[in-house]
Amino acid sequence: MSRKLLLWLPFALVFVLFAVFWLGLKNPDDRIIASNMVGKPLPEFSARAAMPDRPGVTSADFTDGKPRLLNVFASWCVPCVREVPVLLRMQQQGVEIVGVAVHDSSPALATFLAQNGNPYDRIGLDEGGRAQIEFGSSGVPETFVVDGKGRIVHQHIGVVTEQDVPQLLGMLGKAQ
Amino acid sequence: MIAEAGLAALWLAAVMALLQFALGALALGRGRAGLAPAIQPVAVVQAVLVCIAFFCLIAVFVRSDMSVLLVAANSHSAKPMLYKIAGTWGNHEGSMLLWVTILGVAGATIALFERQLREDTRVATLAAQGAIALGFYAFLLFSSNPFARIENVVEGAGLNPLLQDPGLAFHPPTLYAGYVGMSAAFSFAVGALVTRNVGPDFARAMRPWILGAWIFLTVGITAGSYWAYYTLGWGGWWFWDPVENASLMPWLAATALLHSVTVLATRDGLRAWTIMLSVLAFSMSMVGTFLVRSGILTSVHSFAVDPERGVFILALLAIYIGGALALFAMRIGTVSEGSRFDIVSREAALVLNNLMLTVVLVVVLAGTLYPLALEATSGTKISVGAPYFNSVAGPIALITMVLLAAGPLLRWRSDKPRLVLDRLVFSFLAGAAALLLIAAFAGSIGILPLLGLVAAAIVAVASLAPLWKRNLKRTPLFTFGMVMAHMGCAVSMAGMACDSAFTRETMVAMGPGETQAVGDFAVTLAGVRERPGPNYQALEAVLSVSEKGGTPFEMLPQLHQFTDPPMQTNQAAIRTFWNGQLYLVLGEQSDGDKWVMRMWWKPFVTLIWLGGAMIALGGMLSLLGRVRRDFLPRRRRTATVEALPEPEPAE
Amino acid sequence: MRRLAALALLIAAPLPAQAQDYAEVALPDPAQEAQASRLMDTIRCVVCQGQPISGSNADLAGDMRRIVRERIAAGDTPDEVRAWLISKYGDWVSFKPQVKPATLPLWLIPLVALVLGIWLVSRRLRRHH
Repeated sequence: MSRKLLLWLPFALVFVLFAVFWLGLKNPDDRIIASNMVGKPLPEFSARAAMPDRPGVTSADFTDGKPRLLNVFASWCVPCVREVPVLLRMQQQGVEIVGVAVHDSSPALATFLAQNGNPYDRIGLDEGGRAQIEFGSSGVPETFVVDGKGRIVHQHIGVVTEQDVPQLLGMLGKAQ
Repeated sequence: MIAEAGLAALWLAAVMALLQFALGALALGRGRAGLAPAIQPVAVVQAVLVCIAFFCLIAVFVRSDMSVLLVAANSHSAKPMLYKIAGTWGNHEGSMLLWVTILGVAGATIALFERQLREDTRVATLAAQGAIALGFYAFLLFSSNPFARIENVVEGAGLNPLLQDPGLAFHPPTLYAGYVGMSAAFSFAVGALVTRNVGPDFARAMRPWILGAWIFLTVGITAGSYWAYYTLGWGGWWFWDPVENASLMPWLAATALLHSVTVLATRDGLRAWTIMLSVLAFSMSMVGTFLVRSGILTSVHSFAVDPERGVFILALLAIYIGGALALFAMRIGTVSEGSRFDIVSREAALVLNNLMLTVVLVVVLAGTLYPLALEATSGTKISVGAPYFNSVAGPIALITMVLLAAGPLLRWRSDKPRLVLDRLVFSFLAGAAALLLIAAFAGSIGILPLLGLVAAAIVAVASLAPLWKRNLKRTPLFTFGMVMAHMGCAVSMAGMACDSAFTRETMVAMGPGETQAVGDFAVTLAGVRERPGPNYQALEAVLSVSEKGGTPFEMLPQLHQFTDPPMQTNQAAIRTFWNGQLYLVLGEQSDGDKWVMRMWWKPFVTLIWLGGAMIALGGMLSLLGRVRRDFLPRRRRTATVEALPEPEPAE
Repeated sequence: MRRLAALALLIAAPLPAQAQDYAEVALPDPAQEAQASRLMDTIRCVVCQGQPISGSNADLAGDMRRIVRERIAAGDTPDEVRAWLISKYGDWVSFKPQVKPATLPLWLIPLVALVLGIWLVSRRLRRHH
């Protein structure tokens, strides 16, 4: 009797194995590592001013009741160029965007902003990627929606495109 | 033209595979026994055709024929000749073609050289081999055509620099020979089930094929480990990476099979289990191929990735594994269980060895696939790496080592515990001595390395015990093979334990003229210079190294910058001493004229691969011994079925 | 808490000119470096993914190595540093799976295999005379 049952065991195991393979094929590994900080308060950080005409960034800047976008970018990052026009348009619609430039330098940033435009109200230089790691960000560009109490409510990974704007605006609207 | 000829040969080979399967099915199923003799030449022709296809592909790579899509996507005219040839299988389509080529050659080898097997079982085996080949030909022809053309390409994209290494020339072919060689065991098992012929004679016929494939797997894994060790440039020799695990799983199953088939051949036991393991070993080879080729897992070694093709291979796997299991379920009722045995007996030790190897296999499989399952079902991403595998598989491996020490000293069927302990007394003394030495000189090391060193000492002595008081001239070759392989396990384990317990690592930023100590060595940076390579730019650090009071020697680690495709790789400088390796890596330039240097002194690390080579060599001795004994003088065959009066060592 | 405050200061203050950049350079204390290096071998690089941060050339991996070494030097235990990184990037970042209900099968599956195997073997043993 038990021998009969045992015969089914390999089939069951193979079935489980194939189910896993099938699921794995259905959702291929997206290789995107989302931040674990979404829903939590923005951690303590400070990034010194990158440009003479804009202040730097600290976590204290985010607790004044106004929701903001926190954009992690870099002047050496090629895709970042593509999202600047979108960010500029959002800025015109009254969105305050704070930039944190990773592994960057003031001269390189100056060139980048002169060429592409400057959508940022504040730009901080993130030396040694400390702020980036505090946010749980794994690359550039990434954009965080931070509410008025300084809580991260959303993480957008990759370039912000026109299609993403309504969603981001909606989140900013709700995130008082 | 060459590409078209290759494609035509591939199509013809597929037709031959179909014919091979059909002939077998007709001969056995429809009673057309007259067709059976034709299956042998068909298998040989199939192998010849697929070899032609493979050589055509090599030819287009050698000629850098950029009108072939595969060459354009993976090669470059400025690449050194060795990598043009080896680059043939450094990509998805080429490696799958290599896979079926080896499959075809394995089938032809069975057709030409297998003389021990009952005629109907041999026909069924070849038919099964044809059926497997057919599926993989279909995969190549319909979804991975290596000979597809492309227009207007002037220059190729190049080969992944990590693969531009002599290791590529022989590591994949060896590993694949092992993977695909296991198809022989699978086909034998299917043949035996179809023709109801599971017994000692069948086991003796199958054993050399298992040994052969297992030797290739052992060599492939050992070489792959050393390749990763010196190319990846971070001093590790095993990363528990999915691709590595994919090669380890068939090896574990094959090692278990090698031991269980001995029980079947000698004592007519473990019939069902041996058949099951044969199916499992090749299934794990196919699962390995699937994991690597479908790209469903993230890996340091991942090269070709394509989920579409994954579905195709998955369907093939379902047909072959499911089919074999169904056959197993239908026929196993007619296979009796074989003789029983005592808890203290050679059989019990071999069965426990099988159990332990299977549990390690389960650990590797679970650790590799569970993150995938969890992410697919709940969206949670986790990583399972070395800390899990070492802590879970490590202790089981240690238990296996203890069994390995005792197993060959036990008698078949039944033995007395007291006598076994007597035979092991020198081994335990060696273990105790190792423990004392470590306590006296090594200070505190981790518990796993400590137990590993003690187990290695026990096994090293115990593995020689089967030769104790024997007339060495009359001792069969396969006994020496077993001794050598088991000694290799001890040597390899000692190397692993030493590496994890005693490695000295230093990481510093050094300017020219500065000196840094690592282990007993003083390393001085003379300078960093540029060096042009054949298809890369190299930076080379000139280091003057001296061991306490010895004469200084030069070591030259390099940093390679490739342009096609753009990528940076480390070329570690490695110097081997009798007692370990000095491993130096040049890193990035830090501020000013300082360079980051990573340096390791790795005592006895070479034992890891030396042990692997010994295990493979032991396999070769066994294979030779088995072929000589089982195949050449046929009259001795009947004698070995009986229980032997004196403990006769098994592999 | 005081340690955290000190750390915050350390992070906020610009590095002194003579300080080592711990991204690529070992800690002076060998015991601490051994702890850090063992930890870094088990932290997965979020950029190159297959590799631990100890062996990765990515900038972000270097940043993580620096922070790991600084935290170990400031007196954090490796487990605390691991937990901190997990709080940032989730369980994925640790090659050492955390023991919790969702990961229990990792240990249960081998255990079940072992028990099942022992049961199967015991059926094959000869009953004692």
